Amino acid sequence: MLQEREKPLLEVNDVSQRYRTGSGEEGPPVLDHVSLKLTSGEIVGLLGRSGCGKSTLLRIVAGLSSPAEGTVTYDGQPVSGPVDGLAMVFQSFALFPWLSVLANVEIGLRARKVPEAEARKRALAAIDLIGLDGFESAFPKELSGGMRQRVGFARALVINPKILLMDEPFSALDVLTAETLRSDLLDLWVEGRMPIKSILMVTHNIEEAVLMCDRIIVLSSNPGRIAAEIKVTLQHPRNRLDPEFRQLVDKIYALMTKRAVEAAPRDGAFPGLGLGMALPQLSTNTIAGMIEEIHAPPYNGRASLPDLADSLTMEIDDLFPVAETLQLLRFAEIADGRISLTAAGTKFADLETDARKKLFGDHLLAYIPLAARIKMVLDERPTHSARATRFLEELEDFMSGDYADRTLRSVVNWGRYGELFAYDESSETLSLENPG
Amino acid sequence: MSKFVAFTSLGRRALPNQFDLIALVLILGAFAAAVSVGHDVTQKISAPQATAITLDYWALPYYALRTTLRMFVAILASLFFTLTYATLAAKSNRAEKILIPILDVLQSVPVLGFLSFTVTFFLGLFPGSILGAECAAIFAIFTSQAWNMAFSFYQSLRTVPGDLIEVSRGFQLSPWQRFWQLEAPFAMPGLIWNMMMSMSGGWFFVVASEAISVGDNTINLPGIGSYLSVAISQKNAGAVFAAVIAVLAVILLYDQLIFRPLVAFSTRFRVELLASGQQERSWVMATFKRTRWLRPIQKGFAKAFDRFALMRLELPGRSARPEPLSPGANRVIDILFYSSVGLLAAYSFWHIVLFVSHDLSWHELLLTIGLTSLTLLRVVFLIALATLIWVPVGVWIGIRPRIAEKIQPLAQFLAAFPANVIFPVVVVLIIHFSLNPDFWLSFLIILGTQWYILFNVIAGAQAFPSDLREAARSFNVGGWDWWRKVMLPGIFPYYVTGALTASGGSWNAAIVAEYVKWGDDTVSARGIGSYIAIATKDGNFPKIVLGVAVMSVFVIVFNRCFWRPLFAIGEKRLRLS
Repeated sequence: MLQEREKPLLEVNDVSQRYRTGSGEEGPPVLDHVSLKLTSGEIVGLLGRSGCGKSTLLRIVAGLSSPAEGTVTYDGQPVSGPVDGLAMVFQSFALFPWLSVLANVEIGLRARKVPEAEARKRALAAIDLIGLDGFESAFPKELSGGMRQRVGFARALVINPKILLMDEPFSALDVLTAETLRSDLLDLWVEGRMPIKSILMVTHNIEEAVLMCDRIIVLSSNPGRIAAEIKVTLQHPRNRLDPEFRQLVDKIYALMTKRAVEAAPRDGAFPGLGLGMALPQLSTNTIAGMIEEIHAPPYNGRASLPDLADSLTMEIDDLFPVAETLQLLRFAEIADGRISLTAAGTKFADLETDARKKLFGDHLLAYIPLAARIKMVLDERPTHSARATRFLEELEDFMSGDYADRTLRSVVNWGRYGELFAYDESSETLSLENPG
Repeated sequence: MSKFVAFTSLGRRALPNQFDLIALVLILGAFAAAVSVGHDVTQKISAPQATAITLDYWALPYYALRTTLRMFVAILASLFFTLTYATLAAKSNRAEKILIPILDVLQSVPVLGFLSFTVTFFLGLFPGSILGAECAAIFAIFTSQAWNMAFSFYQSLRTVPGDLIEVSRGFQLSPWQRFWQLEAPFAMPGLIWNMMMSMSGGWFFVVASEAISVGDNTINLPGIGSYLSVAISQKNAGAVFAAVIAVLAVILLYDQLIFRPLVAFSTRFRVELLASGQQERSWVMATFKRTRWLRPIQKGFAKAFDRFALMRLELPGRSARPEPLSPGANRVIDILFYSSVGLLAAYSFWHIVLFVSHDLSWHELLLTIGLTSLTLLRVVFLIALATLIWVPVGVWIGIRPRIAEKIQPLAQFLAAFPANVIFPVVVVLIIHFSLNPDFWLSFLIILGTQWYILFNVIAGAQAFPSDLREAARSFNVGGWDWWRKVMLPGIFPYYVTGALTASGGSWNAAIVAEYVKWGDDTVSARGIGSYIAIATKDGNFPKIVLGVAVMSVFVIVFNRCFWRPLFAIGEKRLRLS
């Protein structure tokens, strides 16, 4: 319906951004040549997993950080800092705790020297619109999460932006609150009661993207690239139980898992190979629990990821890392949005604790190069011990400091569970000796 | 914007009530005090009533007022210093590298040692006017207050939540607006707490700095400190007692009228997700909230502050995001900056060496090192002793909420009480019983500072999770094991904070405590404190510089090698959160 060849409101041209490594130098790319357009009258979703650079992209669009390469133009003008026509809603709400609701909403206007009386009038109107009547004098800590995010919306809307930027605005809320807030926002949007022309939102929730967006841009991880663009033509209000809706959700699941497998065939699902593999921080309990869940009825060793996400109430950011770690350790296989246990995975589910640890340790050594490397170094050294920082530095050649830290932590914890090596936290030393 | 006032004003009559009356009296009192003192401080130093101290008891309230006002001027100066110095350090990487170490050292320098210098400096600045001496006293208090405030503010500025910074940038707040709307409010709870701790510590210095004699110059500024000093030199026990009572009264008023309301006020600025169960209460604050007539005045102030905080104050021609300098240009600026800092440091060092070496020999240096070691021994011994006594007592109190509620304010109160007020009593005792001053004077060092250990340990024991105590009880952990494995690790971070403060205060106290007078009787202990005190009395500046320098080095080394590592252990391994 809004397919006329309009001049785009916002254009992102060939934007790239890089991590800073631990030593402060430029590291691997977060965003790799991303281009997109935003036209009037559409809600566009940036969908991807943590680490795909979607929030980074949103901040570049907002003018909060500048890209290493590429440009962003808004209304034909290059964006080189925060501009008037864009306003952002934050995942963490980001309200000033010492300001009342009214003052929080007014701040953007007052900062720009809008006269006090006018600012007050506009702020009250925005508060009214977003359903916060009666809470004007309340302080953020008196409000529930949903109410706080409403303040976040009012604060963004009051400055009359053309484009509303939303950074996972519902992900810090409980399920019911998030749903209410989504539908309230959609109602305002569909009825045209907000001054905004377009919404760009970041999300890692596939259903949320299908529920709200006219266009979904799927980003792949490490580096962030546009993997697919999906048009959603369902009429608002959309029904989650509608078969068409479900189909679309399943399609995106399949798409996102397929991408992950293709990116690094057979050598593991994670970007980077060998030592440079960035690993998620997962407890071994979660890993074992997931194997048991898939092994038990109703799945009996084979589950569709959307169903699994539903039954475990996990979002893709929680689910995918577990699934992919299982695949990496050869306890499971992922294909077409389904996960199925391998023979080793089934065996693991049937074993007792000690035998499980043994099996886990074996797989760790065989399939996680960092674990094998640590074990080798410890075996070779006469003291059979090594400082953890030694491996951290090695990892930082491949990835940013945060990722290196997380990866090492994971492997150390997994190695302790698999009884490959011991770790002393206070001296940050890895060793072969097992206490006791 | 309702920034400072968010009180319900509906459904109440417009007539004044009793709360209005109380609050009005408080405010008028403050005005009257400011006016009457403003007249006196501009008097010539030669005017007879300017420096003559009468021991009449009825003069005490006025002296107390003068002393208190000195404290307030100093705290305002400290606040101004904090807002500028700490902000600069937090905003500029280059400045940070220099300013923060300077602050760290300043924190370790015994303030009282430099009193003689500042007096001479300020007397020279305002020749013939009592204003010079006033400035010197205020400066001494300032130096005891400013550093930890600046540190707290700096640390807060470095930890402002990233999303709030993004909001302020996204909504295009100017740097000035961001400072007043985000950074300053965020730093407020820490700053106010440190400010109040500084004020408490300040009483010690105000008493010590009002009556100063440097060489031939003897100055008695009207105030409790001078009153006390005159009372001591005349051996007037009644007057000493009256001064102690006056100090107690002043600190009590300060605690109720300023400390509690401000701490209660600062809870507004805590960044927390839920309204915390623990509410700080203050009857003064409640009074102000309930008054009707005063509210417009408050609103006026709040409005004026808003105007001030919402000015954009942008430098013309500066874009919102300055272009980053090229690495080459950056390096050139770095080189220029650091080399000029280096030159300045070298020049100052040269100057100090010149100043000291003119009159002093290597022998003198060795002597001061020996004396400082003696004082170090005292400090270590007494901190250990205070620990042995107050840790068990503090834990005992802390795990009994009813008792802790009553004792905690008392401990904070005792920490604020200037212990030097009762030093002369000890002199009388030492002379009467012919005791060894080298040993018995030592206890004065810890007299005022031991309370920091006590109230921090109480706070630690109060914060100790009750489920951990219950777990210990259910596993029958008792006796020494209970202390070693349960309670001591739990209170450790708190204890270190308290002991660090106590140790810093003790070094300062040594300057006053190792050389004490009662009339013409003088008792002194061997140590760097008495060395500095005697040098001050004689007006021997090179000796003062040497003594203070050696002492500062000891303090810094002691802090770095002993307290810092302990602090790190507490932060890293034993923090219960």
